[in-house]
Amino acid sequence: MSQRIPIKELTDSFRGRAVGALADDQLRTNFRVAMDSLMKKRADAFPDEDEREGLRELGNHIKARALSRLPDLLEQLEAKLTDNGVKVHWAETTEEANRIVHSIIEAKKGAQVVKGKSMVSEEMEMNDYLAERNIECLESDMGEYIVQLDGEKPSHIIMPAIHKNRFQVSKLFHDKLGVEETEDVNELIQIGRRTLRQKFLEADVGVSGVNFAIAETGTLLLVENEGNGRMSTTAPPVHIAVTGIEKVVENLRDVVPLLSLLTRSALGQPITTYVNMISGPRKADELDGPEEVHLVLLDNGRSGAFADAQLRQTLNCIRCGACMNHCPVYTRVGGHTYGEVYPGPIGKIITPHMVGLHKVPDHPSASSLCGACGEVCPVKIPIPEMLQRLRQENVKSPAEQPKVKDGGAKYSRKERAIWRFWARLNTSPVFYRLFLWGATRLRKLAPKNVGPWTENHSAPVPARRSLHDLAKAHLNQGDR
Amino acid sequence: MSARSNILNKLRAGLAGTTPRPDDFDEGLVTTPWQYAAEDRITRLRTLMEAVHTEVHQVTSAQWPAKVQELLESRGLGNLLYAPGTGHGRQLAVHWQRSCAKVQLMVYDRPIEEWKDELFWKVDASITGTVGGIAATGSLVLWPDRHEPRLMSLLPPLHIALLKASKVEDNLYGMMQKHNWSAGLPTNLLLVSGPSKTADIEQVLAYGAHGPKELVVLILEDA
Repeated sequence: MSQRIPIKELTDSFRGRAVGALADDQLRTNFRVAMDSLMKKRADAFPDEDEREGLRELGNHIKARALSRLPDLLEQLEAKLTDNGVKVHWAETTEEANRIVHSIIEAKKGAQVVKGKSMVSEEMEMNDYLAERNIECLESDMGEYIVQLDGEKPSHIIMPAIHKNRFQVSKLFHDKLGVEETEDVNELIQIGRRTLRQKFLEADVGVSGVNFAIAETGTLLLVENEGNGRMSTTAPPVHIAVTGIEKVVENLRDVVPLLSLLTRSALGQPITTYVNMISGPRKADELDGPEEVHLVLLDNGRSGAFADAQLRQTLNCIRCGACMNHCPVYTRVGGHTYGEVYPGPIGKIITPHMVGLHKVPDHPSASSLCGACGEVCPVKIPIPEMLQRLRQENVKSPAEQPKVKDGGAKYSRKERAIWRFWARLNTSPVFYRLFLWGATRLRKLAPKNVGPWTENHSAPVPARRSLHDLAKAHLNQGDR
Repeated sequence: MSARSNILNKLRAGLAGTTPRPDDFDEGLVTTPWQYAAEDRITRLRTLMEAVHTEVHQVTSAQWPAKVQELLESRGLGNLLYAPGTGHGRQLAVHWQRSCAKVQLMVYDRPIEEWKDELFWKVDASITGTVGGIAATGSLVLWPDRHEPRLMSLLPPLHIALLKASKVEDNLYGMMQKHNWSAGLPTNLLLVSGPSKTADIEQVLAYGAHGPKELVVLILEDA
């Protein structure tokens, strides 16, 4: 008899959603095909192993150096940007960040916002926040636009609509935009282009993320292929960039290796079509560009990860997505199973700091610890090591003072007692022999049903004779 | 306490007792693998740009206006946005007059707010200069200014860029150092490495997402 709880009662959990995703053939095919292709593209973009490893090491050092001076660099960035005419805002929580964004839009009496791709704005759930205040916030990255049109969330940080195929997009455009169905991807993109171009024209405010914030020059660097990022940051009269506090780097030259690592790891491209470096609003003699540029620096749990030297490495992340592309778990269950903004391996190590382990108790253990994520990470975040650390924090008792937000979410006295008993059993010779004696003789009484294990495996039964016993007999034979 | 001081205080507490990591930036890692002989530099740039659907022509500094005319006429385009205040703009205007070219020349001479609709929907093509190119990644460096504003290279479906062969550097690091970018950047500096594209549907590559559908680079060989 299976003890499995019906899926519908479990869809609020990682496990429940995973069961659903694993049974969805279309979803699995979409992800398998996409991830295989992204892995190949990355491999092709790094033909020289020495070059790749040297660059990863340099990338790691640059991020570690920036983090080792993070508060100073944030102040330097703020000072430089202010000199350049950019207004800098600070927010500890997503609520605070949303309030700041809203107040900037309100001051301009803005009603329409167009957004370039930004994972931080996803963290903030900015679209919903603004919609509740009668401000339309439209995604302009093709993938994000598709996902928003369908009332969904991105399933991949670089390729938001990777879970959908062209037929699903065609049907969606037909239903929502009233256009003819077409299976031609080019035509689908042109439909998106026409619709969004009018929105870029009308928008009162453009919102974007930031890939690297350069303290030395006071520059916000954005990478993209579509041109929607340039549109969002250039066409509307106001540009608001939102970013996490970990995105700052010290010097302009630091972005050279990071840029190369980012685009090659993410998409296998030597560079993206556009690298957009913004160092200020429109000057008096210029004819376009926003009149106001704002930067919102968001903490949202990052300083919590920062407080611990080991967990701080999480903040090296440059959001390339290579860890998810190479993750056997992500490829099978897809991005939505994680139920949070950042899926895949990086999501598993960053999300607990943002939302707390109570909300994502299964995140640290949803991994086979195969190590692929750590091997491909362009800034060498030891993701498997972090997962193990989070597993420990996840089961700490309150007395052990867990260091992660809502640490000890999976702490159970019963489990702790069982482990203590198990340890005692295996470290005391008397108890161990007694247990062995009992287990080999009472083997018929071993339980037939051992939770989830027996759903797919036969139940373990102790052997008639222990290894200890067999070895002893064998050695005695040899003596003769 | 403000959010700013709360965040900074928390970060400083986390760093208590530590010293900043040394700056061990090794420029060899971003230059050595990306160096080319003078004669290969243009070939490399051209190959990479063509691989992402850029049309590249090598022309002389005397001939290029005629090439522009030919590109526009062969596509049947009605107008071209250009910058009369630049050297190349003046050269183009002279050629247009002499050859009685039919393609209408347009000028970005007023703030965007005054002609947004027209700029978004009515301009067929634009021509801008570049401050250089990067061989390692097949990129153009655009430095928008009053004459050639930011959107000039983004909104028209066809963007023609002029690149002087002598301005092509091996790699981004070299470009940055040579022109001392860290001493002063424009409000918006751009690296452009092809026409606008997306692979957001099934990873199928489609060109002309939001920016130009076509990018044509004219490499001026004797300049």
